[in-house]
Amino acid sequence: MAYDKFTVLKSSAVPMPIENVDTDQIIPARFLKATERKGFGDNLFRDWRYNGDDTPKQDFVLNNPIYSGKILVGGKNFGSGSSREHAAWAIYDYGFRCVISSFFADIFKGNALNIGILPVTVSPEFLDKIFKAIEADPKTELEVNLAEQTVTILATGEKESFDINGYKKHNLMNGFDDIDYLQAMKQDIQQFATASPY
Amino acid sequence: MSNAPTTLFDKVWDAHVVRKIEDGPDVLFIDRHFIHEVTSPVAFLGLQTRNIPVLFPERTFATADHNTPTINQHLPVQDPLSANQLKALETNSAKYGISHWGLGNPKNGIVHVVGPENGITQPGMTIVCGDSHTSTHGAFGAIAFGIGTSEVEMVLSSQCIMQPKPKKMRITINGKLGKGVVPKDVPLFILSQISASGATGYFIEFAGEVFENMSMEGRMTVCNLSIEMGARGGMVAPDETTFNYLNGREKAPKGEAWDNALAYWKTLKTDTDAKFDLELIFHADQIEPQITYGTNPGLGTGITHNIPIASQVKDGEASYKKSLAYMGFAENEKLIGKQVDYVFLGSCTNGRIEDFRAFASIVKGKKKAANITAWLVPGSHIVEQQIKDEGILDILTEAGFELRQPGCSACLAMNDDKIPAGKYAVSTSNRNFEGRQGPGARTLLASPLVAAAAAVTGVVTDPRELI
Ligand code: SF4
Repeated sequence: MAYDKFTVLKSSAVPMPIENVDTDQIIPARFLKATERKGFGDNLFRDWRYNGDDTPKQDFVLNNPIYSGKILVGGKNFGSGSSREHAAWAIYDYGFRCVISSFFADIFKGNALNIGILPVTVSPEFLDKIFKAIEADPKTELEVNLAEQTVTILATGEKESFDINGYKKHNLMNGFDDIDYLQAMKQDIQQFATASPY
Repeated sequence: MSNAPTTLFDKVWDAHVVRKIEDGPDVLFIDRHFIHEVTSPVAFLGLQTRNIPVLFPERTFATADHNTPTINQHLPVQDPLSANQLKALETNSAKYGISHWGLGNPKNGIVHVVGPENGITQPGMTIVCGDSHTSTHGAFGAIAFGIGTSEVEMVLSSQCIMQPKPKKMRITINGKLGKGVVPKDVPLFILSQISASGATGYFIEFAGEVFENMSMEGRMTVCNLSIEMGARGGMVAPDETTFNYLNGREKAPKGEAWDNALAYWKTLKTDTDAKFDLELIFHADQIEPQITYGTNPGLGTGITHNIPIASQVKDGEASYKKSLAYMGFAENEKLIGKQVDYVFLGSCTNGRIEDFRAFASIVKGKKKAANITAWLVPGSHIVEQQIKDEGILDILTEAGFELRQPGCSACLAMNDDKIPAGKYAVSTSNRNFEGRQGPGARTLLASPLVAAAAAVTGVVTDPRELI
């Protein structure tokens, strides 16, 4: 699935200072029944976002109009739980392009990168600074620069760099995915399979 | 191969690297791929859009499990969305020439139960599936892990995925498990010690007497829960127990092929002096029957203990308090004697024959408590048949229980098997997240013995008192 190229993202951010946000919260299992990748954003954080009668829960951050933007800032161990890529789809479909946390669950991180969301791991201290900056001014902007691998709190100029492997970085910056890469090495794969004992 | 001592994990991984990408992941060849109805339709759509075929359809196996009803499986599926997904799996499998065990097929069942019991899962393989509990297959000395839908599409189209090699960790437990302590208690105990993110970034090898003495069913339960520790997966070195389990199973090698396979499988162990990035050591004496009280599997403790106070747990205080509020529990409360409304025996964690034997050993000659609704769901039709053949069904029926039909059921509550809001369920499955077993449902994860003890007493009970 093609996605937009990721270069520099300058945006306000939505704060979610909760640890262990798991994939069952991001998208509850009952919304996994689709056979197409459409409309998942409506059910992002469904049970935290809406009451049983589908009215919005006023105290949930996505229902608070003072917060907006393409960056979601989450607490430690974001995306734990299931391998459902639907969690990443929901985040993308809702309009986020980047998630910042001090720690990501492995599978979520891989899924996010595969569909064009940049997961940015920052130190717990810097994460705290981001939360404080947003608390002070909900419209405060962050700049995520993929080429330079930095995230900056624009209001204060505070900056931290993050890791990403060169291959994934190249893919994201060009909007390529792994399937394009693998298709190009099919011959090698076929040879490998012939020699496999299984 | 060089002479440096290597781990079991390295041996299997390195044998599957098709290409190393500089400053990037390894391209890893996948021997076996399982698919089910929920995470495959969008992957097939992707193939269609790009107009590319399935490269090796004979390496992929489809089964319907996540979304299926556990009663009246002979009738058309009621929920139109579920029916649609099941239909998509069937059509896509037929279109691309993939073996498909749909509803009603005698081989049908939960993907991580049917793979091993039909001999598809073998030592030294790489195995993936769009379900995180694929780690279960690690019990055979395979590298097995869950993948996302984009990766399902990669495997279908190229039989490979791109993965950075994880770090390695070994968890060694020696000694003998005490009375009433069963395989499920071991990973729940580890979780309570290292938390639900304690193994993130690692692949685990489980070593030591406790795992050596375990049946294949037990090892599957352990490896199943390695993902809950944050690990990519877990594995146990193959040994005689593994080979005896596999010998004669439908898809296991036969004749000369078996002898060749066996010779190779016997080389699959960690060399003495091989280095791990992290080593953890526990002793069997530390482990009593476990139960969780919070909303991640790391929030559990020995059943005779009280719920810890916030300062004793690794999770942040705010999320810990949120977790207890959701569960309707308070710090320092006793767990024994707590009210239970539902009991769920099943899932790819504890839906195998041994789990039903364990459950039956407790309820035999007793009666289901009046306040308990019990859902007993075998992991597959083969397990279901064994339950009948071994006379376990009679024991269960006499004690007032009913057996349902195979599937994932209340493990993720995508079908009708949902625990109602606010109700307490002792579940043998693997996740106690908010809403996992139904919106508002409160899950206490435990072994089949603890589940059985709750089912006959109506409250959280130490199973050792009933043995
Ligand atoms: S039983 Fe639960 S964990 Fe296992 S495959 Fe089914 S949904 Fe996944």
